[in-house]
Amino acid sequence: MSKLGLDFKKVKYARSLAKKIADDVQSFVDKRSTVSVERTICRLLGIDGIDENEVPLPNIVVDHIKEKGLLEQGAAFLLGNAIIETGLTPQEIAEKISKGDLDLSRVKVYSREKAEEALEPFVDDMIKRIQDNRRKRNEYLEKLGEGPQPYLYVIVATGNIYEDVVQAQAAARQGADIIAVIRTTGQSLLDYVPYGPTTEGFGGTMATQENFRIMRKALDEVGEEVGRYIRLVNYASGLCMPEIAAMGAMERLDVMLNDALYGILFRDINMKRTIIDQYFSRVINGFAGIIINTGEDNYLTTADAYEEAHTVLTSNFINEQLALIAGIPEEQMGLGHAFEMNPDLTNGFLYELAQAQMLREIFPKAPLKYMPPTKYMTGNIFKGHVQDALFNVVSIWTHQGIQLLGMLTEAIHTPFMSDRYLSIENARYIFNNLKDIGDEVEFKKDGIIQKRAQQVLDESIQLLEKMVQDGLFVSLSKGTFANIKRPIDGGKGLDGVFEKGKNYFNPFVKRMLEDERP
Amino acid sequence: MSKGLYSTDKKNFDKTLNLKAIKPYGDTMNDGKTQLSFTLPVPDGEEAVEAAKQLMKKMGFDDPMIVYHKELTKGFTFFIAYGSCTHTVDYTAIHVPKVKSTTWSMEETDEFIKKNIGRKIRVIGATTGTDAHTVGIDAIMNMKGYAGHYGLERYKMFETLNMGSQVPNEEFVAKAIEFQADALLVSQTVTQKNIHIKNLTELVEILEAEGIRDKVILIAGGPRITHELAKELGYDAGFGANTYAEDVASYIAQELYRRIQEKNKNTGGKEE
Repeated sequence: MSKLGLDFKKVKYARSLAKKIADDVQSFVDKRSTVSVERTICRLLGIDGIDENEVPLPNIVVDHIKEKGLLEQGAAFLLGNAIIETGLTPQEIAEKISKGDLDLSRVKVYSREKAEEALEPFVDDMIKRIQDNRRKRNEYLEKLGEGPQPYLYVIVATGNIYEDVVQAQAAARQGADIIAVIRTTGQSLLDYVPYGPTTEGFGGTMATQENFRIMRKALDEVGEEVGRYIRLVNYASGLCMPEIAAMGAMERLDVMLNDALYGILFRDINMKRTIIDQYFSRVINGFAGIIINTGEDNYLTTADAYEEAHTVLTSNFINEQLALIAGIPEEQMGLGHAFEMNPDLTNGFLYELAQAQMLREIFPKAPLKYMPPTKYMTGNIFKGHVQDALFNVVSIWTHQGIQLLGMLTEAIHTPFMSDRYLSIENARYIFNNLKDIGDEVEFKKDGIIQKRAQQVLDESIQLLEKMVQDGLFVSLSKGTFANIKRPIDGGKGLDGVFEKGKNYFNPFVKRMLEDERP
Repeated sequence: MSKGLYSTDKKNFDKTLNLKAIKPYGDTMNDGKTQLSFTLPVPDGEEAVEAAKQLMKKMGFDDPMIVYHKELTKGFTFFIAYGSCTHTVDYTAIHVPKVKSTTWSMEETDEFIKKNIGRKIRVIGATTGTDAHTVGIDAIMNMKGYAGHYGLERYKMFETLNMGSQVPNEEFVAKAIEFQADALLVSQTVTQKNIHIKNLTELVEILEAEGIRDKVILIAGGPRITHELAKELGYDAGFGANTYAEDVASYIAQELYRRIQEKNKNTGGKEE
């Protein structure tokens, strides 16, 4: 029963339109791969480490393949051949390539079946490792339990992973359920993933596999102490989107920012590159039991939250369909939106409530990710604390899944320890005091709230109809989302896109879509 | 009755306003009342409260009151405190450099440009370096602007190009030359470890190396930017928090007009 008087026939129609758009995109993706997808395959086959110039070995291998003009065959096929020929492990092969002792273009070519067979033990190892991580997470959840939804999500961003640990453990003790380690400014544009523990960063901390491991351990420790499983978040976005997803799967991260369109719009990454990368990264996240968070909230930092609400819904529909193709169940879809209504807007709270409830009803199983006010945070921390309170009210009322806590000092600095405390206290107070308000209060028939939700759905359908005609790429080039226009062949990373040759295969996609998910 | 709820502080101070020696105002002139909060890296307890009070005295507060304290995590205690500030400032001796222009409405600025400059002013903007925030540059440049203040794109007499975020300085300068920009707007939001200073300085150096620094109006903006800081770094103007497109537009129009006038004076009114 809709509290908003939504017509679910319309919702079903909207989904069918989004599916058309997503299927169209997928037929493009299926024929192509990227250098970052190939590096991810290397990582999943066990290749790790750096050379004396700190270049990661997965980059060395894929750069070598590219240099030899063999990219279209794919890293898996070539490594498979090299294993048959040398009897070495992928890691040993990578080390030899790095030293210049092995040239993949000179390795004897076997059949695709033989290459697949040679890789199988390494593929099995990784599949098992990720399955074990799922089991481990389940064990923790069983043993320790978890906080109620909306999960309280806070960020740490000191730049130093060891300092982040102190902040993250403090936040967990204060009640946080989810800790995100914000990435250092600019990492999304690096075409490699740095290595080892890092202690320097601007506005955040490098995402490295070692940093993931350090934080995972710290959160498991504090989870035991507070009796709650603490989830860890990072960012599978930017030019290394699938590599970060793979690292997260290996180190048992729980949530990944992983939007199909964010990098295109906000980081000017080429759209072909991002769309291909998002598919494999989502296949990995889906298999690893990682909740993805989509980035529609960001649209409203550049576009108006009232006028452009339908673009958020539209993008949620498309992100949902793309995620389903990649094997992500609805329960792992943290579709994004944000509380960015202009505070001067009369009845802005009602519109916000309508939109949040609308998303809840349209995506009933998704742990919706709700972002706090940022655009209209002014430095007036006292008003900001009230804005955050209203945001918390909407969230508990409409059963949001993941509450990225607003900080009263937003727009001033990355959070102090005390900012986080005040923020968690604010949310807990409201979540407890208004716990069942959503089940108690109904909305007036054809009132402001109902009409608003219906209007946004109608506008979204109109936009989807247009996008079905244009296709996703052309729509993005016209500035459909966030009022940002991106040319189809513009942006960063296009030179890393290639068409698959006849020998190409990715040994992980099928396994990850079909193997057991304990 | 708990101590401090109804203040019994000494009230025998001079209650007349003296602009040569101003101090914070709570509810009585010169009471010096100040509100602050901070965290100390010690466990909560009487010693922690005493430490906080002593620290406040060292900061120059009389009658420090810790109205709330709470251990945030093991070994870190948060305090909310009030005190009476003992320091004063001579307000009459303050001098703050400000952008010297009158802020006009969009229509007034357009009209001024049409009449006095006679062509569109070309403005290029970007968030430079690794900074990924576009909120500042968008607020000033985009059609929609911010909080009802329309951006430069909406002005009839501005030709604009917003390059977005994470634009390397070299790329920005190259594009500015190609675009034949009259004015360059640089937005910086991320200020950790003073990365914005480094980045803003680098831009000036590149412009100087290209020999075009004096040919353009160079403007920095962002929540932590002040006009004083911008001037110090070699910019023509800086726009900080609570300034809008109108402020920037009016400044550019008036500054460009001033430069044209000056040039005409130097060349006897003839174009070079």
